[in-house]
Amino acid sequence: MSGARLLRLAALLLGFGFLYGPIVILATMSFNASRLVTVWGGFSTKWYAALLHDEQMLRAAEISLAAAALSALIATINGLLAALALARFGGFRSRTLFAGSIYAPLVMPEVVLGLGLLLVFVAFGVERGFLTLVLAHASFTMCFATVMIHAALKGCDRTLEEAAMDLGATPVRAFALVTLPLIAPSVVSAYLLAFIISLDDLVIASFTTGPGATTLPMRIYSQVRLGVSPEVNAISTLLLGLVAVALGLSALLTRGRAKGGGAG
Amino acid sequence: MQEGGKRRRLTRGEMLVIAAPYAWIALFFLAPFALIVKISLSRPAQARPPYEPVFDGAGLAGFFEKLSQLGLDAYRGLAEDSLYLDSYLSSLSIAGVATLVCLLIAYPFALAIARAPRRLRPVLIGFAVAPFWTSFLIRVYAWITLLKDEGIINHALMALGLIDAPLPMFATSGAVVVGIVYSYLPFMLLPLYAAIEGQDASLREAAADLGATPFQVFLHVTLPLSRRGIIAGALLVFIPSVGEFVIPDLLGGSDTLMIGRTLWNDFFANRDWPAASAAAVALLALLLIPILLYERAQLREGER
Repeated sequence: MSGARLLRLAALLLGFGFLYGPIVILATMSFNASRLVTVWGGFSTKWYAALLHDEQMLRAAEISLAAAALSALIATINGLLAALALARFGGFRSRTLFAGSIYAPLVMPEVVLGLGLLLVFVAFGVERGFLTLVLAHASFTMCFATVMIHAALKGCDRTLEEAAMDLGATPVRAFALVTLPLIAPSVVSAYLLAFIISLDDLVIASFTTGPGATTLPMRIYSQVRLGVSPEVNAISTLLLGLVAVALGLSALLTRGRAKGGGAG
Repeated sequence: MQEGGKRRRLTRGEMLVIAAPYAWIALFFLAPFALIVKISLSRPAQARPPYEPVFDGAGLAGFFEKLSQLGLDAYRGLAEDSLYLDSYLSSLSIAGVATLVCLLIAYPFALAIARAPRRLRPVLIGFAVAPFWTSFLIRVYAWITLLKDEGIINHALMALGLIDAPLPMFATSGAVVVGIVYSYLPFMLLPLYAAIEGQDASLREAAADLGATPFQVFLHVTLPLSRRGIIAGALLVFIPSVGEFVIPDLLGGSDTLMIGRTLWNDFFANRDWPAASAAAVALLALLLIPILLYERAQLREGER
Protein backbone atom coordinates (compact mmCIF):
# COMPACT_ATOMS: atom_id res chain seq x y z
CA MET A 1 0.00 0.00 0.00
CA SER A 2 2.70 2.47 0.93
CA GLY A 3 4.62 1.38 -2.17
CA ALA A 4 1.67 2.45 -4.31
CA ARG A 5 1.47 5.75 -2.44
CA LEU A 6 5.15 6.34 -3.05
CA LEU A 7 4.71 5.66 -6.77
CA ARG A 8 1.81 8.11 -6.93
CA LEU A 9 3.84 10.76 -5.14
CA ALA A 10 6.70 10.22 -7.61
CA ALA A 11 4.27 10.54 -10.55
CA LEU A 12 2.96 13.81 -9.12
CA LEU A 13 6.45 15.23 -8.54
CA LEU A 14 7.69 14.22 -11.99
CA GLY A 15 4.52 15.49 -13.69
CA PHE A 16 4.60 18.89 -12.03
CA GLY A 17 8.38 19.11 -12.46
CA PHE A 18 8.01 18.51 -16.18
CA LEU A 19 5.20 21.06 -16.49
CA TYR A 20 6.67 23.83 -14.38
CA GLY A 21 10.46 23.28 -14.70
CA PRO A 22 10.91 25.00 -18.08
CA ILE A 23 8.68 27.91 -17.06
CA VAL A 24 10.52 28.44 -13.78
CA ILE A 25 13.90 28.32 -15.54
CA LEU A 26 12.71 30.84 -18.11
CA ALA A 27 11.47 33.22 -15.42
CA THR A 28 14.73 32.83 -13.48
CA MET A 29 16.79 33.60 -16.57
CA SER A 30 14.91 36.87 -17.07
CA PHE A 31 16.57 38.10 -13.86
CA ASN A 32 20.04 36.90 -14.90
CA ALA A 33 22.45 39.78 -15.48
CA SER A 34 24.44 37.61 -17.88
CA ARG A 35 23.34 37.07 -21.46
CA LEU A 36 24.47 33.42 -21.30
CA VAL A 37 21.92 30.94 -19.94
CA THR A 38 24.63 28.79 -18.33
CA VAL A 39 26.31 31.63 -16.43
CA TRP A 40 24.60 33.29 -13.47
CA GLY A 41 25.79 36.91 -13.62
CA GLY A 42 23.84 38.01 -10.55
CA PHE A 43 20.30 39.28 -10.03
CA SER A 44 19.28 42.09 -12.32
CA THR A 45 16.16 43.75 -13.64
CA LYS A 46 17.97 45.42 -16.51
CA TRP A 47 16.19 43.35 -19.18
CA TYR A 48 12.87 44.65 -17.88
CA ALA A 49 14.22 48.19 -18.02
CA ALA A 50 15.36 47.56 -21.60
CA LEU A 51 11.81 46.51 -22.48
CA LEU A 52 10.46 49.90 -21.44
CA HIS A 53 12.62 51.51 -24.13
CA ASP A 54 11.69 49.04 -26.85
CA GLU A 55 9.13 51.15 -28.74
CA GLN A 56 8.19 48.40 -31.18
CA MET A 57 7.57 45.90 -28.39
CA LEU A 58 5.43 48.38 -26.45
CA ARG A 59 3.40 49.24 -29.54
CA ALA A 60 2.88 45.54 -30.28
CA ALA A 61 1.76 44.95 -26.68
CA GLU A 62 -0.73 47.82 -26.99
CA ILE A 63 -2.19 46.36 -30.20
CA SER A 64 -2.40 42.86 -28.73
CA LEU A 65 -4.15 44.05 -25.57
CA ALA A 66 -6.65 46.16 -27.50
CA ALA A 67 -7.37 43.34 -29.97
CA ALA A 68 -7.77 40.85 -27.12
CA ALA A 69 -10.16 43.12 -25.18
CA LEU A 70 -12.37 43.80 -28.20
CA SER A 71 -12.37 40.33 -29.74
CA ALA A 72 -13.06 38.67 -26.38
CA LEU A 73 -16.09 40.93 -25.93
CA ILE A 74 -17.53 39.91 -29.31
CA ALA A 75 -16.68 36.26 -28.69
CA THR A 76 -18.39 36.27 -25.28
CA ILE A 77 -21.61 37.84 -26.58
CA ASN A 78 -21.72 35.47 -29.55
CA GLY A 79 -20.75 32.57 -27.30
CA LEU A 80 -23.51 33.37 -24.81
CA LEU A 81 -26.13 33.36 -27.57
CA ALA A 82 -24.73 30.18 -29.12
CA ALA A 83 -24.58 28.42 -25.74
CA LEU A 84 -28.17 29.46 -25.06
CA ALA A 85 -29.24 27.89 -28.36
CA LEU A 86 -27.33 24.67 -27.63
CA ALA A 87 -28.53 24.36 -24.03
CA ARG A 88 -32.16 25.45 -24.40
CA PHE A 89 -33.43 24.88 -27.92
CA GLY A 90 -33.26 21.08 -27.81
CA GLY A 91 -33.10 19.24 -31.12
CA PHE A 92 -33.78 22.01 -33.63
CA ARG A 93 -33.14 21.57 -37.34
CA SER A 94 -29.53 22.08 -38.41
CA ARG A 95 -28.43 21.63 -34.81
CA THR A 96 -25.70 19.22 -35.91
CA LEU A 97 -24.26 21.73 -38.38
CA PHE A 98 -24.48 24.51 -35.81
CA ALA A 99 -22.92 22.53 -32.96
CA GLY A 100 -20.31 20.99 -35.23
CA SER A 101 -19.20 24.39 -36.51
CA ILE A 102 -19.00 25.68 -32.94
CA TYR A 103 -16.81 22.84 -31.67
CA ALA A 104 -14.65 22.35 -34.78
CA PRO A 105 -12.22 25.27 -34.24
CA LEU A 106 -11.20 23.63 -30.94
CA VAL A 107 -9.32 20.96 -32.90
CA MET A 108 -8.83 22.59 -36.30
CA PRO A 109 -5.19 23.26 -37.23
CA GLU A 110 -4.53 26.98 -36.78
CA VAL A 111 -2.83 27.30 -40.16
CA VAL A 112 -6.08 26.20 -41.84
CA LEU A 113 -8.26 28.60 -39.80
CA GLY A 114 -5.85 31.46 -40.43
CA LEU A 115 -5.64 30.83 -44.15
CA GLY A 116 -9.44 30.50 -44.47
CA LEU A 117 -10.12 33.74 -42.58
CA LEU A 118 -7.56 35.58 -44.67
CA LEU A 119 -9.24 34.38 -47.87
CA VAL A 120 -12.60 35.68 -46.61
CA PHE A 121 -11.14 39.13 -45.94
CA VAL A 122 -9.47 39.20 -49.35
CA ALA A 123 -12.70 38.05 -51.04
CA PHE A 124 -14.62 40.92 -49.43
CA GLY A 125 -11.86 43.38 -50.25
CA VAL A 126 -11.27 44.29 -46.59
CA GLU A 127 -7.87 45.88 -45.99
CA ARG A 128 -5.93 43.70 -43.54
CA GLY A 129 -5.13 45.38 -40.23
CA PHE A 130 -6.47 45.83 -36.72
CA LEU A 131 -10.12 45.30 -37.74
CA THR A 132 -9.48 41.98 -39.50
CA LEU A 133 -7.33 40.88 -36.56
CA VAL A 134 -10.20 41.52 -34.13
CA LEU A 135 -12.75 39.75 -36.36
CA ALA A 136 -10.47 36.73 -36.81
CA HIS A 137 -9.76 36.43 -33.09
CA ALA A 138 -13.43 36.89 -32.19
CA SER A 139 -14.24 33.99 -34.52
CA PHE A 140 -11.84 31.42 -33.19
CA THR A 141 -12.13 32.30 -29.48
CA MET A 142 -15.92 32.10 -29.70
CA CYS A 143 -15.86 28.30 -29.48
CA PHE A 144 -13.98 28.39 -26.15
CA ALA A 145 -16.46 30.94 -24.76
CA THR A 146 -19.40 28.83 -25.96
CA VAL A 147 -18.11 25.62 -24.38
CA MET A 148 -17.56 27.37 -21.05
CA ILE A 149 -20.96 29.14 -20.91
CA HIS A 150 -22.75 26.04 -22.22
CA ALA A 151 -21.37 24.03 -19.29
CA ALA A 152 -22.66 26.67 -16.85
CA LEU A 153 -26.10 26.78 -18.46
CA LYS A 154 -26.45 23.01 -18.30
CA GLY A 155 -25.74 23.10 -14.58
CA CYS A 156 -28.27 25.88 -14.05
CA ASP A 157 -31.65 25.12 -12.51
CA ARG A 158 -34.26 25.89 -15.14
CA THR A 159 -37.21 25.83 -12.81
CA LEU A 160 -36.24 29.23 -11.39
CA GLU A 161 -36.58 30.81 -14.82
CA GLU A 162 -39.86 28.97 -15.40
CA ALA A 163 -41.17 30.25 -12.06
CA ALA A 164 -40.33 33.81 -13.12
CA MET A 165 -42.22 33.28 -16.37
CA ASP A 166 -45.20 31.82 -14.50
CA LEU A 167 -45.24 35.02 -12.48
CA GLY A 168 -45.54 36.99 -15.69
CA ALA A 169 -41.97 37.77 -16.77
CA THR A 170 -41.22 37.65 -20.49
CA PRO A 171 -38.62 35.02 -21.50
CA VAL A 172 -36.03 37.76 -22.09
CA ARG A 173 -36.71 39.35 -18.70
CA ALA A 174 -36.67 35.98 -16.95
CA PHE A 175 -33.33 35.15 -18.53
CA ALA A 176 -31.78 38.55 -17.82
CA LEU A 177 -32.99 38.76 -14.20
CA VAL A 178 -32.76 35.12 -13.10
CA THR A 179 -30.39 33.02 -15.19
CA LEU A 180 -27.82 35.63 -16.26
CA PRO A 181 -26.83 36.56 -12.68
CA LEU A 182 -26.46 32.84 -11.91
CA ILE A 183 -24.07 32.19 -14.80
CA ALA A 184 -22.32 35.58 -14.58
CA PRO A 185 -19.10 34.13 -13.10
CA SER A 186 -18.78 31.73 -16.03
CA VAL A 187 -19.46 34.49 -18.51
CA VAL A 188 -16.68 36.57 -16.96
CA SER A 189 -14.38 33.52 -17.01
CA ALA A 190 -15.25 32.93 -20.66
CA TYR A 191 -14.28 36.53 -21.39
CA LEU A 192 -10.95 36.14 -19.58
CA LEU A 193 -10.13 32.93 -21.40
CA ALA A 194 -11.04 34.37 -24.81
CA PHE A 195 -8.83 37.34 -23.88
CA ILE A 196 -5.90 35.11 -22.98
CA ILE A 197 -6.21 32.98 -26.11
CA SER A 198 -6.34 36.05 -28.33
CA LEU A 199 -3.34 37.57 -26.55
CA ASP A 200 -1.36 34.38 -27.15
CA ASP A 201 -2.18 33.69 -30.78
CA LEU A 202 0.63 33.84 -33.33
CA VAL A 203 -0.54 31.82 -36.33
CA ILE A 204 -4.00 33.25 -36.98
CA ALA A 205 -2.76 36.80 -36.33
CA SER A 206 0.09 36.35 -38.81
CA PHE A 207 -2.37 35.45 -41.54
CA THR A 208 -5.04 38.04 -40.81
CA THR A 209 -3.32 41.19 -39.62
CA GLY A 210 -1.70 43.91 -41.71
CA PRO A 211 1.62 45.74 -41.58
CA GLY A 212 0.24 48.42 -39.27
CA ALA A 213 -0.93 46.00 -36.59
CA THR A 214 1.90 43.66 -35.58
CA THR A 215 0.92 41.76 -32.43
CA LEU A 216 3.09 40.95 -29.44
CA PRO A 217 3.45 37.21 -30.23
CA MET A 218 4.47 38.14 -33.80
CA ARG A 219 7.08 40.54 -32.42
CA ILE A 220 8.34 37.91 -29.93
CA TYR A 221 8.39 35.27 -32.63
CA SER A 222 10.54 37.33 -34.96
CA GLN A 223 13.02 37.93 -32.09
CA VAL A 224 13.00 34.28 -31.00
CA ARG A 225 13.88 33.17 -34.52
CA LEU A 226 17.13 35.11 -34.08
CA GLY A 227 17.92 33.14 -30.92
CA VAL A 228 17.37 33.20 -27.16
CA SER A 229 17.42 36.72 -25.79
CA PRO A 230 17.07 38.00 -22.23
CA GLU A 231 14.62 40.69 -23.35
CA VAL A 232 12.29 37.96 -24.63
CA ASN A 233 12.72 36.14 -21.31
CA ALA A 234 11.62 39.31 -19.53
CA ILE A 235 8.52 39.93 -21.67
CA SER A 236 7.66 36.22 -21.41
CA THR A 237 7.83 36.37 -17.62
CA LEU A 238 5.57 39.43 -17.61
CA LEU A 239 3.03 37.60 -19.79
CA LEU A 240 3.21 34.51 -17.57
CA GLY A 241 2.52 36.72 -14.58
CA LEU A 242 -0.45 38.34 -16.31
CA VAL A 243 -1.97 34.95 -17.12
CA ALA A 244 -1.39 33.75 -13.56
CA VAL A 245 -3.35 36.76 -12.25
CA ALA A 246 -6.18 36.20 -14.76
CA LEU A 247 -6.35 32.51 -13.86
CA GLY A 248 -6.40 33.33 -10.16
CA LEU A 249 -9.30 35.73 -10.72
CA SER A 250 -11.15 33.16 -12.80
CA ALA A 251 -10.64 30.47 -10.15
CA LEU A 252 -11.90 32.81 -7.41
CA LEU A 253 -15.02 33.63 -9.46
CA THR A 254 -15.91 30.02 -10.20
CA ARG A 255 -15.26 29.05 -6.59
CA GLY A 256 -17.61 31.80 -5.50
CA ARG A 257 -20.20 30.30 -7.81
CA ALA A 258 -19.70 26.78 -6.46
CA LYS A 259 -20.28 28.10 -2.93
CA GLY A 260 -23.35 30.11 -4.00
CA GLY A 261 -24.72 27.03 -5.77
CA GLY A 262 -24.20 24.94 -2.66
CA ALA A 263 -26.07 27.43 -0.50
CA GLY A 264 -28.95 27.90 -2.95
CA MET B 1 -39.02 18.95 -24.16
CA GLN B 2 -35.33 18.22 -24.90
CA GLU B 3 -36.29 14.64 -25.54
CA GLY B 4 -38.43 14.83 -28.72
CA GLY B 5 -36.65 12.63 -31.25
CA LYS B 6 -37.87 14.67 -34.24
CA ARG B 7 -35.98 17.82 -35.12
CA ARG B 8 -38.26 20.80 -34.94
CA ARG B 9 -38.39 24.29 -36.40
CA LEU B 10 -37.11 27.20 -34.37
CA THR B 11 -39.63 29.69 -33.01
CA ARG B 12 -39.30 33.34 -33.98
CA GLY B 13 -37.82 34.30 -30.60
CA GLU B 14 -35.29 31.52 -30.79
CA MET B 15 -34.31 32.64 -34.28
CA LEU B 16 -33.50 36.10 -32.91
CA VAL B 17 -31.14 34.52 -30.36
CA ILE B 18 -29.41 32.23 -32.81
CA ALA B 19 -29.17 34.69 -35.73
CA ALA B 20 -25.99 36.47 -34.68
CA PRO B 21 -23.86 33.42 -33.82
CA TYR B 22 -25.19 31.56 -36.85
CA ALA B 23 -24.38 34.39 -39.24
CA TRP B 24 -20.96 34.73 -37.64
CA ILE B 25 -20.20 31.04 -38.08
CA ALA B 26 -21.40 31.10 -41.69
CA LEU B 27 -19.26 34.10 -42.52
CA PHE B 28 -16.09 33.28 -40.58
CA PHE B 29 -16.10 29.50 -40.39
CA LEU B 30 -18.08 27.96 -43.26
CA ALA B 31 -17.21 30.58 -45.90
CA PRO B 32 -13.46 30.21 -45.25
CA PHE B 33 -13.66 26.50 -46.06
CA ALA B 34 -15.55 27.13 -49.26
CA LEU B 35 -12.92 29.70 -50.21
CA ILE B 36 -10.00 27.42 -49.39
CA VAL B 37 -11.45 24.79 -51.71
CA LYS B 38 -12.09 27.43 -54.37
CA ILE B 39 -8.60 28.94 -54.25
CA SER B 40 -7.00 25.51 -54.24
CA LEU B 41 -8.55 25.04 -57.69
CA SER B 42 -7.14 28.33 -59.00
CA ARG B 43 -3.84 29.03 -60.66
CA PRO B 44 -1.10 31.06 -59.05
CA ALA B 45 -0.64 34.48 -60.63
CA GLN B 46 1.62 37.47 -60.25
CA ALA B 47 -1.11 39.71 -58.94
CA ARG B 48 -2.77 40.97 -55.82
CA PRO B 49 -4.25 38.69 -54.55
CA PRO B 50 -1.84 36.24 -56.16
CA TYR B 51 -4.28 33.79 -57.71
CA GLU B 52 -6.41 33.70 -60.83
CA PRO B 53 -10.06 33.45 -59.86
CA VAL B 54 -12.20 30.53 -60.89
CA PHE B 55 -16.04 30.78 -60.80
CA ASP B 56 -15.99 34.57 -60.76
CA GLY B 57 -17.55 36.30 -63.70
CA ALA B 58 -21.14 35.68 -64.43
CA GLY B 59 -23.87 33.18 -64.85
CA LEU B 60 -24.25 29.52 -65.52
CA ALA B 61 -22.54 29.67 -68.91
CA GLY B 62 -19.51 31.22 -67.26
CA PHE B 63 -19.64 28.50 -64.63
CA PHE B 64 -19.50 25.67 -67.16
CA GLU B 65 -16.84 27.40 -69.19
CA LYS B 66 -14.73 27.74 -66.06
CA LEU B 67 -15.47 24.20 -65.03
CA SER B 68 -13.81 22.90 -68.17
CA GLN B 69 -10.62 24.79 -67.35
CA LEU B 70 -10.76 24.05 -63.64
CA GLY B 71 -7.21 23.98 -62.41
CA LEU B 72 -6.23 20.94 -60.49
CA ASP B 73 -2.62 22.09 -60.88
CA ALA B 74 -2.19 22.73 -57.19
CA TYR B 75 -3.30 19.18 -56.40
CA ARG B 76 -1.14 17.75 -59.15
CA GLY B 77 1.72 19.61 -57.49
CA LEU B 78 0.78 18.01 -54.16
CA ALA B 79 0.86 14.53 -55.63
CA GLU B 80 4.02 14.93 -57.67
CA ASP B 81 6.19 16.98 -55.35
CA SER B 82 7.75 14.58 -52.87
CA LEU B 83 8.10 17.51 -50.43
CA TYR B 84 4.39 17.32 -49.70
CA LEU B 85 4.23 13.57 -49.41
CA ASP B 86 7.22 13.60 -47.08
CA SER B 87 5.63 16.40 -45.02
CA TYR B 88 2.41 14.43 -44.61
CA LEU B 89 4.12 11.22 -43.64
CA SER B 90 6.50 12.93 -41.25
CA SER B 91 3.62 14.98 -39.72
CA LEU B 92 1.70 11.78 -39.08
CA SER B 93 4.64 9.94 -37.57
CA ILE B 94 5.80 12.84 -35.37
CA ALA B 95 2.24 13.45 -34.16
CA GLY B 96 1.73 9.72 -33.59
CA VAL B 97 4.90 9.31 -31.54
CA ALA B 98 4.14 12.48 -29.58
CA THR B 99 0.60 11.26 -28.80
CA LEU B 100 1.95 7.96 -27.51
CA VAL B 101 4.62 9.63 -25.35
CA CYS B 102 1.99 12.06 -24.08
CA LEU B 103 -0.27 9.17 -23.05
CA LEU B 104 2.59 7.37 -21.27
CA ILE B 105 3.46 10.50 -19.27
CA ALA B 106 -0.11 11.68 -18.65
CA TYR B 107 -1.61 8.37 -17.50
CA PRO B 108 0.36 7.88 -14.28
CA PHE B 109 0.05 11.62 -13.63
CA ALA B 110 -3.74 11.56 -14.07
CA LEU B 111 -3.99 8.38 -11.99
CA ALA B 112 -2.00 9.94 -9.17
CA ILE B 113 -4.22 13.04 -9.17
CA ALA B 114 -7.42 10.98 -9.31
CA ARG B 115 -6.28 8.90 -6.31
CA ALA B 116 -5.20 11.89 -4.24
CA PRO B 117 -7.36 12.91 -1.25
CA ARG B 118 -10.68 14.24 -2.57
CA ARG B 119 -10.12 17.75 -1.22
CA LEU B 120 -6.80 18.10 -3.06
CA ARG B 121 -7.96 16.87 -6.47
CA PRO B 122 -9.44 20.11 -7.86
CA VAL B 123 -6.35 22.03 -6.77
CA LEU B 124 -3.96 19.49 -8.31
CA ILE B 125 -5.81 19.26 -11.62
CA GLY B 126 -6.09 23.06 -11.66
CA PHE B 127 -2.33 23.44 -11.33
CA ALA B 128 -1.71 20.70 -13.89
CA VAL B 129 -3.87 22.43 -16.49
CA ALA B 130 -2.86 26.01 -15.65
CA PRO B 131 0.20 26.06 -17.99
CA PHE B 132 -2.16 25.47 -20.89
CA TRP B 133 -3.46 29.01 -20.44
CA THR B 134 0.00 30.56 -20.52
CA SER B 135 1.47 31.54 -23.84
CA PHE B 136 2.00 28.60 -26.15
CA LEU B 137 4.80 30.45 -27.93
CA ILE B 138 6.60 31.12 -24.67
CA ARG B 139 6.31 27.51 -23.51
CA VAL B 140 7.86 26.32 -26.76
CA TYR B 141 10.51 29.02 -26.54
CA ALA B 142 11.44 27.88 -23.01
CA TRP B 143 12.62 24.56 -24.46
CA ILE B 144 15.16 26.27 -26.73
CA THR B 145 17.05 27.37 -23.62
CA LEU B 146 16.99 23.79 -22.33
CA LEU B 147 17.79 21.83 -25.48
CA LYS B 148 20.41 23.88 -27.32
CA ASP B 149 24.03 22.65 -27.62
CA GLU B 150 25.09 25.39 -25.18
CA GLY B 151 21.80 25.00 -23.28
CA ILE B 152 21.04 24.00 -19.72
CA ILE B 153 20.60 20.23 -20.16
CA ASN B 154 23.82 19.77 -22.11
CA HIS B 155 25.66 22.06 -19.71
CA ALA B 156 24.44 20.07 -16.71
CA LEU B 157 25.27 16.70 -18.27
CA MET B 158 28.78 17.88 -19.15
CA ALA B 159 29.34 19.37 -15.72
CA LEU B 160 28.38 15.99 -14.23
CA GLY B 161 30.89 14.34 -16.55
CA LEU B 162 28.24 12.11 -18.14
CA ILE B 163 29.03 13.31 -21.65
CA ASP B 164 32.07 14.90 -23.28
CA ALA B 165 30.43 16.70 -26.16
CA PRO B 166 26.97 18.30 -26.24
CA LEU B 167 24.18 15.93 -27.32
CA PRO B 168 22.55 17.19 -30.50
CA MET B 169 19.00 17.62 -29.17
CA PHE B 170 17.97 20.99 -30.54
CA ALA B 171 16.74 21.25 -34.15
CA THR B 172 15.76 17.56 -34.37
CA SER B 173 12.49 15.67 -34.75
CA GLY B 174 12.97 14.51 -31.15
CA ALA B 175 12.89 18.12 -29.98
CA VAL B 176 9.62 18.59 -31.88
CA VAL B 177 8.14 15.55 -30.10
CA VAL B 178 9.21 16.98 -26.73
CA GLY B 179 7.67 20.32 -27.65
CA ILE B 180 4.36 18.73 -28.65
CA VAL B 181 4.20 16.54 -25.54
CA TYR B 182 4.92 19.52 -23.32
CA SER B 183 2.43 21.84 -25.04
CA TYR B 184 -0.47 19.41 -25.34
CA LEU B 185 -0.11 17.45 -22.09
CA PRO B 186 -3.16 19.16 -20.51
CA PHE B 187 -5.31 18.01 -23.45
CA MET B 188 -4.41 14.41 -22.61
CA LEU B 189 -4.52 14.88 -18.86
CA LEU B 190 -8.04 16.31 -18.52
CA PRO B 191 -10.04 13.55 -20.27
CA LEU B 192 -7.89 10.86 -18.60
CA TYR B 193 -8.44 12.40 -15.18
CA ALA B 194 -12.18 12.68 -15.79
CA ALA B 195 -12.36 9.05 -16.92
CA ILE B 196 -10.34 7.71 -13.97
CA GLU B 197 -11.83 9.93 -11.29
CA GLY B 198 -15.39 9.05 -12.25
CA GLN B 199 -14.87 5.33 -11.71
CA ASP B 200 -16.68 3.53 -8.95
CA ALA B 201 -14.11 2.57 -6.30
CA SER B 202 -16.17 -0.45 -5.23
CA LEU B 203 -15.34 -2.18 -8.53
CA ARG B 204 -11.62 -2.09 -7.66
CA GLU B 205 -12.35 -3.25 -4.12
CA ALA B 206 -14.41 -6.15 -5.43
CA ALA B 207 -11.59 -7.22 -7.75
CA ALA B 208 -9.10 -6.98 -4.89
CA ASP B 209 -11.40 -8.98 -2.60
CA LEU B 210 -11.52 -11.69 -5.23
CA GLY B 211 -7.75 -11.95 -5.07
CA ALA B 212 -6.50 -9.69 -7.86
CA THR B 213 -3.10 -8.09 -7.31
CA PRO B 214 -2.98 -4.26 -7.56
CA PHE B 215 -1.44 -4.59 -11.02
CA GLN B 216 -4.20 -6.96 -12.15
CA VAL B 217 -6.81 -4.55 -10.79
CA PHE B 218 -5.25 -1.78 -12.84
CA LEU B 219 -5.01 -3.90 -15.99
CA HIS B 220 -8.50 -5.43 -15.84
CA VAL B 221 -10.56 -2.72 -14.13
CA THR B 222 -9.05 0.78 -14.16
CA LEU B 223 -7.51 0.70 -17.63
CA PRO B 224 -10.52 -0.65 -19.57
CA LEU B 225 -12.87 1.73 -17.73
CA SER B 226 -10.74 4.71 -18.79
CA ARG B 227 -10.87 3.77 -22.47
CA ARG B 228 -13.05 6.74 -23.44
CA GLY B 229 -10.65 9.13 -21.75
CA ILE B 230 -7.71 7.60 -23.60
CA ILE B 231 -9.45 7.93 -26.96
CA ALA B 232 -10.57 11.52 -26.32
CA GLY B 233 -7.13 12.55 -25.06
CA ALA B 234 -5.32 10.89 -27.95
CA LEU B 235 -7.56 12.64 -30.50
CA LEU B 236 -7.18 16.00 -28.76
CA VAL B 237 -3.38 15.70 -28.90
CA PHE B 238 -3.04 14.05 -32.29
CA ILE B 239 -5.32 16.33 -34.34
CA PRO B 240 -3.71 19.71 -33.60
CA SER B 241 -0.20 18.18 -33.60
CA VAL B 242 -0.47 17.06 -37.22
CA GLY B 243 -1.04 20.62 -38.41
CA GLU B 244 1.33 22.24 -35.89
CA PHE B 245 3.49 25.10 -37.16
CA VAL B 246 5.16 26.88 -34.23
CA ILE B 247 6.76 23.81 -32.64
CA PRO B 248 8.49 22.37 -35.75
CA ASP B 249 9.51 25.86 -36.78
CA LEU B 250 11.19 26.76 -33.47
CA LEU B 251 12.43 23.37 -32.23
CA GLY B 252 12.80 21.36 -35.44
CA GLY B 253 15.71 21.42 -37.83
CA SER B 254 15.51 22.69 -41.38
CA ASP B 255 14.97 19.07 -42.41
CA THR B 256 12.05 18.51 -39.99
CA LEU B 257 9.14 18.58 -42.40
CA MET B 258 5.64 19.06 -41.10
CA ILE B 259 2.65 19.96 -43.21
CA GLY B 260 1.71 23.06 -41.21
CA ARG B 261 5.18 24.44 -41.79
CA THR B 262 5.09 23.58 -45.51
CA LEU B 263 1.73 25.34 -45.84
CA TRP B 264 3.10 28.40 -44.02
CA ASN B 265 6.14 28.55 -46.31
CA ASP B 266 3.98 28.14 -49.42
CA PHE B 267 1.90 31.05 -48.27
CA PHE B 268 4.41 33.48 -46.78
CA ALA B 269 7.68 32.65 -48.55
CA ASN B 270 6.53 31.43 -51.98
CA ARG B 271 3.30 33.45 -52.09
CA ASP B 272 1.65 30.45 -53.75
CA TRP B 273 -1.90 30.69 -52.39
CA PRO B 274 -3.37 27.85 -54.46
CA ALA B 275 -0.64 25.48 -53.26
CA ALA B 276 -1.19 26.55 -49.64
CA SER B 277 -4.95 26.08 -50.03
CA ALA B 278 -4.51 22.67 -51.63
CA ALA B 279 -2.22 21.69 -48.74
CA ALA B 280 -4.95 22.86 -46.32
CA VAL B 281 -7.61 20.78 -48.08
CA ALA B 282 -5.34 17.74 -48.05
CA LEU B 283 -4.56 18.31 -44.37
CA LEU B 284 -8.26 18.45 -43.53
CA ALA B 285 -8.89 15.32 -45.58
CA LEU B 286 -6.18 13.61 -43.57
CA LEU B 287 -7.75 14.76 -40.30
CA LEU B 288 -11.36 14.20 -41.35
CA ILE B 289 -11.79 10.84 -39.66
CA PRO B 290 -10.18 11.82 -36.34
CA ILE B 291 -12.06 15.15 -36.34
CA LEU B 292 -15.41 13.45 -37.02
CA LEU B 293 -14.71 10.95 -34.26
CA TYR B 294 -13.95 13.81 -31.89
CA GLU B 295 -17.01 15.82 -32.98
CA ARG B 296 -19.28 12.85 -32.41
CA ALA B 297 -17.91 12.42 -28.90
CA GLN B 298 -18.36 16.15 -28.25
CA LEU B 299 -21.93 16.21 -29.54
CA ARG B 300 -22.83 13.23 -27.42
CA GLU B 301 -21.27 14.95 -24.45
CA GLY B 302 -23.06 18.22 -25.27
CA GLU B 303 -26.47 16.59 -25.55
CA ARG B 304 -26.18 14.73 -22.29
